Amino acid sequence: MRYLPLTDTDRADMLGVIGAASVDDLFCDVPEAARLDGPIEGLPGHASEMAVERHMSRLAAKNLNAEAAPFFLGAGAYRHHVPASVDHLIQRGEFLTAYTPYQPEIAQGTLQVLFEFQTQVAQLFGTDIANASMYDGSTACWEAILMAARVTKKGKAVLSGGLHPHYGEVVRTMAKFTKDDIVSLAPELSAEPDDAAVIAAIDEGTASVVVQYPDIMGRIPDLAAIAEAAHAAKALLIVVVTEPVALGMIEAPGNLGADIVVGEGQSIGVGLQFGGPYLGLFGCREKFVRQMPGRLCGETVDAEGKRGFVLTLSTREQHIRREKATSNICTNSGLCALAFSIHMTLLGGEGLAGLAAVNHDRAQALVERLTQIPGVSLLNDAYFNEATLVLPAEAREVVRELAERSVLGGVSLGRLFPAETALHKGLLVAATETVTDEDIETFARELAAVLEGAAA
Amino acid sequence: MSGVNASGWRPTMKEAGGEGTGAPTASGDRALMLEEPLIFELGSEGKCGVDLDTPARKPASGLAKFLRKAAPALPGLTEPETVRHYTRLSRQNYGIDLGPFPLGSCTMKHNPRLNEKMARLPGFADVHPLQPQKTIEGALEVIEQLADWLIKLTGMASVAMSPKAGAHGELCGLLCIRAALDARGESRDIVLVPESAHGTNPATAAFAGFKVQSIPATPDGRVDLEALKAKLGPDVAGVMITNPNTCGLFEPDMKAIADAVHAVGGYVYCDGANFNAIVGRVRPGDLGVDAMHINLHKTFSTPHGGGGPGAGPVVLSEALAPYAPLPFVTRGADGAIHLVEEENRGEGHQSAFGRMVAFHGQMGMFTRALTYILSHGNDGLKQVAEDAVLNANYILRSCDDLLEAPFGKSGPCMHEALFSDAGLADGLSTLDIAKGLIDEGFHPMTVYFPLVVKGAMLVEPTETESKAGLDRFIGSLRSLAERAKAGDESLHEAPFFAPRRRLDETRAARKPVLVWKDASAES
Repeated sequence: MRYLPLTDTDRADMLGVIGAASVDDLFCDVPEAARLDGPIEGLPGHASEMAVERHMSRLAAKNLNAEAAPFFLGAGAYRHHVPASVDHLIQRGEFLTAYTPYQPEIAQGTLQVLFEFQTQVAQLFGTDIANASMYDGSTACWEAILMAARVTKKGKAVLSGGLHPHYGEVVRTMAKFTKDDIVSLAPELSAEPDDAAVIAAIDEGTASVVVQYPDIMGRIPDLAAIAEAAHAAKALLIVVVTEPVALGMIEAPGNLGADIVVGEGQSIGVGLQFGGPYLGLFGCREKFVRQMPGRLCGETVDAEGKRGFVLTLSTREQHIRREKATSNICTNSGLCALAFSIHMTLLGGEGLAGLAAVNHDRAQALVERLTQIPGVSLLNDAYFNEATLVLPAEAREVVRELAERSVLGGVSLGRLFPAETALHKGLLVAATETVTDEDIETFARELAAVLEGAAA
Repeated sequence: MSGVNASGWRPTMKEAGGEGTGAPTASGDRALMLEEPLIFELGSEGKCGVDLDTPARKPASGLAKFLRKAAPALPGLTEPETVRHYTRLSRQNYGIDLGPFPLGSCTMKHNPRLNEKMARLPGFADVHPLQPQKTIEGALEVIEQLADWLIKLTGMASVAMSPKAGAHGELCGLLCIRAALDARGESRDIVLVPESAHGTNPATAAFAGFKVQSIPATPDGRVDLEALKAKLGPDVAGVMITNPNTCGLFEPDMKAIADAVHAVGGYVYCDGANFNAIVGRVRPGDLGVDAMHINLHKTFSTPHGGGGPGAGPVVLSEALAPYAPLPFVTRGADGAIHLVEEENRGEGHQSAFGRMVAFHGQMGMFTRALTYILSHGNDGLKQVAEDAVLNANYILRSCDDLLEAPFGKSGPCMHEALFSDAGLADGLSTLDIAKGLIDEGFHPMTVYFPLVVKGAMLVEPTETESKAGLDRFIGSLRSLAERAKAGDESLHEAPFFAPRRRLDETRAARKPVLVWKDASAES
């Protein structure tokens, strides 16, 4: 009970002030039948710090962590080196243990960071503005579709087959209830992304066109062409970025005509964390600001004229308008935004470009080596740090076999698209700056052995 | 002059403002109170805080037409500059590590550092969500163990773990209700939401495609049972109740409400944001709840980091359990734990309504919450609820002679004490008390919420405040109440001692400035 400061004497004194005979009297509004007296069955009592640490460490040791094996997974979550100062700074108690900055006079630290974060994201995406983060990339994607429907007053969204299938699944799940019309194009195992099919699917009823960049197979769509077609139909182009490091190398979506850019910010500062918490990025054109979901931080002045920052435009939010709110979100991903912002500050624009160049270099080294293995070919020439290999066997089994050999060898398209059997020989491999030549050599050796075994 | 940079910004000098503040300084800083420019004003080209390898290869030819024309125009800082920038900014923030953070309905309690240490074990922090199942057995076990605690503590049948935050959990619960109704072939579209519910509740119901009908509160701050019963009918999908409610009161009619809603074929959603008040003492399942989200940061002390991340698992009754979204973790007949997602949703899982997030939810919050739960145990969690309720009632009864307590006669409060600004001198209000508390060294309580009380002040001390700490807070609150009753106009100017005085929120909203622009480049 090391977290509870009251002593029994305190408790007795306080009950005296309240005028209650016992703490049970304070629960008198709970119907007697619903009150629990004894401990709840099947749950243990409290444990010491040492005992808890031992228990949790044992569970952690049952996982194969990325540091302990050659590691090549991506598909919307990327392993990058996070400088030590990032984690140190986010653990400062004034950041870590603060709540939403409802009292701006004593929350300028959080607020200034959010303002800096918004600017960094807008610069990265090439959008006019950005918000102060959302839950993750997939929920940001759905919110972007809803926002486009509000802006255009239309209800149809066209999803490229290159969109992360989990993002597509989130969108389709939510749309079942809101009755938005979602057109999902089928993914295809082809060298080029499905730009032509996306453009063909746009019509006058289309509110938004959703394209991932680079897409789930590592291909890079031609955003300018899709933007032109979308705008001709008075639809908005929503671009989804799941690997923001790529934007250190390839053109920003906002500069190519995207109206809304959303993304997963996990790559910068946050870490893998088995899928969460992650960081939803959201940028758009300035004219849509009042339709934008999530929290916004704005610059202002205080009573003495000093520059300061506040949460703003909250009239869109649930605590003011209740059922008329444009979104029910009331949490952002503030601490992850802080980590992103610190890491981005350490990099700067040039550092991000340098990091991107190293990532691309590592991916090229990986692809060069793996395509030397008989039967293994590269699907797409234009890739950043992730590409699809076509194997002579079911990739799902190959990935499992590789794990038995302590190699975390990418994500099979079969796991991502279980219903699309034409894709099941596709293996999505990613390489970041953390990948060494030795890792690549080990991967190549084990992959060759697994494929030989499969052929035999 | 020091502090001036390319953009022309420098810390504003304070011109002998306030009494006894001394002479202005040339830097604009005041000893340990330091002004801090934006990174865009600090950084310059060519600086970087990260050492990078030089790539051996040129970009692949296929990439040529996609290359960026110029690197993003973002400043870089070296590592020492970066560390100093964020350290200085942190000092302009109030966190629970500094003192009480008595935000009602938000539950800011001590954040044990053991939680942080455990979440950072490489076996949890450095694991990819799509690794083969055999390489993540420990992670699945964390989810399963946490799920088991949540199910037993709430007396429910199952739990959906993936929602990313409380409001996301609300949405999950309502979508489960919608999916269950669809399975019954019914298109009920009304959700009843009492006035005393959290503001997210009606927003969520509308977001999930329901029509919202409001239920008034009784004069003693509870759901008006008769008004609610009058609205029940074949079109009602369910009711969303916050219990304990946002007035800090337990809804004694909860079971009667649930029975009435079930009798007409509807479901009961409970907003579990305030579960910390009853954990270990009351099981919502025993009250007839069908779905309830649990804000892990509120009840189980995961840090909130300036506004998130949260985590909002949703416990479900047997009626709703089959509809929980993918992915989820289940213990098979063989005793092994399995992750169920699209590729292996076998029989028994066909009615899952879909997927709400890309991966498995807030794993990093699960490890923290489980660590905290194991530390407290069954007995400690019960004590948590008791001390939280004791502390809140102690504040209520120590101040209700000076500050109006609108429901003070309704009996004990739960984990939060509600006051109003009725009775203060003309012109002085809740906001003035709040800003006065800042000068006293406390984070203010929640202001102007719940909406059912005019000038509301909602104080939630939590169980991790000592009696001595509460006495200091009570002393400050009483002093401010006395000043406000006496008409002390200087409170309008508070805070005097914070890093910033009152900020102009109207100006920020009227012409929003949301990103930094290089003023020198534009002129």
